[in-house]
Amino acid sequence: MARIGVFICHCGKNIASTVDVERVAAQAGELPGVAFAADYTYMCSDPGQRLIADAIREHDLDRVVVAACSPSLHEPTFRGCIEDQGLNPYMVEIANIREQCSWVHDDREEATEKAMELVNIARAKVARSRPLFRSAIPVTKRALVIGGGISGIQAAIDVGLAGYEVVVVERESSIGGRMAQFDKTFPTLDCAACILTPKMVTVARDKNIKIYTNAEVEDVSGYVGNYTARIRVRARSVDADKCTGCGSCWQKCPKKVSSEFDQHLGTRTAIYIPFPQAVPRVPVIDRDNCIYFQRGKCRLCERACDVGAIDYEQEDEVIEEQFGAVIVATGFTLFDHSVYGEYGGGRFEDVVTGLQFERLVNSCGPTEGKILRPSDGKPVEKVVFIQCVGSRDKEKGMEYCSRLCCMYTAKHGLLFKEHNPEGEAYVFYMDIRAAGKNYEEFVRRAQEEFGVQYLRGRVSRIYKENGQLVVRGADTLAGMQVEIKADLVVLATGLIARDDAVEVARMLGIPYDQNRLFTEGHPKLAPVETVTSGVFLTGACQAPKDIPDTVATASAASAKALGLFSHDYLESEPMVAQIDPVLCSDCHACVVSCPFGAIEEIEWRDMMTRQTRTVAHVIESLCHGCGSCTVACRAGAPNLSGFSHEQVFAQVEAA
Amino acid sequence: MRYAYYPGCSLHSTAKDYDTSARAVCRVLGIELQEIPGWVCCGASSAHMTSELLSLALPVHNLNIAKDMGLDTVACCAECYSRLKIANREMRARNNGRARDVDEVVGNTYRGESKVKHLLEVICGDYGLDALRERVVEDLSGLSVAAYYGCLLVRPPEVTGFDDPDEPMVMDHIVTALGARPVEWPYKTECCGSSLSLTRTDIVLKLCHDIFQKAADQGAECLLVACPLCQANLDMRQPQVNRHYGTTFELPVLYFTQLIGLALGIPSSDLGLSKLIVSPQKLLARKILRQPA
Repeated sequence: MARIGVFICHCGKNIASTVDVERVAAQAGELPGVAFAADYTYMCSDPGQRLIADAIREHDLDRVVVAACSPSLHEPTFRGCIEDQGLNPYMVEIANIREQCSWVHDDREEATEKAMELVNIARAKVARSRPLFRSAIPVTKRALVIGGGISGIQAAIDVGLAGYEVVVVERESSIGGRMAQFDKTFPTLDCAACILTPKMVTVARDKNIKIYTNAEVEDVSGYVGNYTARIRVRARSVDADKCTGCGSCWQKCPKKVSSEFDQHLGTRTAIYIPFPQAVPRVPVIDRDNCIYFQRGKCRLCERACDVGAIDYEQEDEVIEEQFGAVIVATGFTLFDHSVYGEYGGGRFEDVVTGLQFERLVNSCGPTEGKILRPSDGKPVEKVVFIQCVGSRDKEKGMEYCSRLCCMYTAKHGLLFKEHNPEGEAYVFYMDIRAAGKNYEEFVRRAQEEFGVQYLRGRVSRIYKENGQLVVRGADTLAGMQVEIKADLVVLATGLIARDDAVEVARMLGIPYDQNRLFTEGHPKLAPVETVTSGVFLTGACQAPKDIPDTVATASAASAKALGLFSHDYLESEPMVAQIDPVLCSDCHACVVSCPFGAIEEIEWRDMMTRQTRTVAHVIESLCHGCGSCTVACRAGAPNLSGFSHEQVFAQVEAA
Repeated sequence: MRYAYYPGCSLHSTAKDYDTSARAVCRVLGIELQEIPGWVCCGASSAHMTSELLSLALPVHNLNIAKDMGLDTVACCAECYSRLKIANREMRARNNGRARDVDEVVGNTYRGESKVKHLLEVICGDYGLDALRERVVEDLSGLSVAAYYGCLLVRPPEVTGFDDPDEPMVMDHIVTALGARPVEWPYKTECCGSSLSLTRTDIVLKLCHDIFQKAADQGAECLLVACPLCQANLDMRQPQVNRHYGTTFELPVLYFTQLIGLALGIPSSDLGLSKLIVSPQKLLARKILRQPA
């Protein structure tokens, strides 16, 4: 006969104000199998835990019910507590009488009744609990970083510095990401390239770090400590080992194509490096635009190359590697402003995005840092910035605030005035959100020192008149309409998830939210973790972030990966399913139902019939214990440890 | 092609010419309009300011009759269109206690069975621009037209679902189909100030002036509208704008049905052109080569 101890927590007044805890404890003492019951103010506190420990010893308890808060908070505490007393840690059951009772009910009488029921249900379950034992799984001490922007770069540096191997996979032909496209950075106005390129070089030189550019992760399988990634390194058409990065090939290339890196304000050649400081400095042939690939003639780059590095025959390479942790640093893309018909819907050349403006002011951008109108190349004398384009707009854009547009717009205004002190810069804003170290001061500087004019209000329309843009909007502080003839309009377009974010999330088995941004393990307490252990988030793939926050989360994610690597073995949760082969008819229902691909088919010899047949079998290391298979099976062959059929039916009967 | 026709108060009074020309055009195109018998006010401009229930019950009363006729409803007035369309949307909304209140008031259950369309949608969509192009007999080439949409035809977009709310094009497409030239201009959906016409005439004069100015700047010779209130405002205030601002605008404000009628060769007397304050006769004499007797 089980000897159960029941412990009712007051949680200060959180539970006790709605639930009559003493009555619950008294009633619990009468329940079958209960040898001891007590209540206490804070069961999670040291004296509370001591109360449990003493009771285990004095009353010879072999299992425990704690009626308190959600098991997601203190289940580990109480497991540890009884383990210290020599019990199996899985012999404790939590009755959640706070989140599921006291916090959601007002009527004391009814809440007390419900708490008693919850305690009884937990008692019925724990009475049928069996000791469970964790097993050890080995850890591959290598990290996969998906994305080679500042986020991925910082994460790789941190993991590499600790002495572990890192593989960075970058889709573009160079690492650097968005930050490489920026001109200056707020609030210090450091040149983005000047602070980014040293990090790019560090990553490239670190012997622990391997970089695959022009590459994509196609598949990730496995589980914490033991991931296998399939990486496709796309054909570059250039032999990286031979290439010296001299540049003769792209200087000779006759084909001009709109440059993605310059946000389509400039051109590049068909064989190209995206920007001068590219890492690796090995060009790539854009086969869709290469004259040779399209028409079979040209090969000028081949002739220009002294070292014979051009390789038109090169093929994609698919690599499989093992990793213990995955750091997701896939970044963001910009909101497409073409839905804003009032701003021209993308029809006006002189209405550009903030990122395009970055390229316009950048000295290695398409205009060599001169701020010129894209339509006719005339110098810009008057510029209007519009904030919150695609952000804070439920109707046409995203509901959330993109967080950094206020800052980058202030920076743009300031840079414009720095380039052209006689020019005029206007900013239409809703609110200025400059919460960050030295951020508010920076905005004030743009306004007060540089004379950027801030107008609080929205723009209702932009139209073209005699080749010039006219911006009509409201100045709500002055209570009047304003009309500004502008040479250039810069839209502070918001940051959104990348187009293929959902596929990436599915590949990694991590959740995403309604905005397709990856969901962190806990919004406050696990900001760089995900619910899939061993997969960590950094940067703007989780939410819009500026560079300081991105770098901070990159270091945080790498610290999490390093924590993992500090173990040779990990303990696995024993709450996994087993399939009784005798009952299994190999119908595949469980295989289909398993979201983690944890069920395989094996040949099994039935000792009763002396026949060999195929049955389903759980790969314990992949099983998350979700229980899908247990309900999918008509024969009830799978059983989940810690949530066995026996336990669950006992709970139902007790309810 | 048959529709329940909801003219509304304007088309029976100040916008008689809109009514006449709409009916004439539809007759020629073979679009049958059956006037909703016993129609009442749609509630525009006053009902929805005073009582939400009334603002729904009035249009629903009319739509109920259209439902009994087994027809979709077509409206010409942008305000009527807006009120009818809002009513349909509200009545279709799920778990809507308000819809049951309306049922009780009108004494019938109505859940948006009669679809509401603006005549523009009927001509551009159901009838089709290609079909329209084939019916054109008069040469309108060389006539520059500024299509003016105003506010309620395209807004709010989630209710009207009518064209691009910022850059609507239906009327421009009609102009092209008729052989005339639509001008590209930025004031297509600016407010004309109609609802302030009597209370804040100063504001209205400014708004109208800006619309005329922008249209004229782009070389427009006339304005094309689909709303009787826009038409009345822009047409009747034009001489006053000229006096107030010292301008010399002479921009006839035509209903799109009138322009279609002209292109189809319908006699101007059947299009109510004589009712316009800013007379189009001079312009038409210059632009249209052959005027039918």
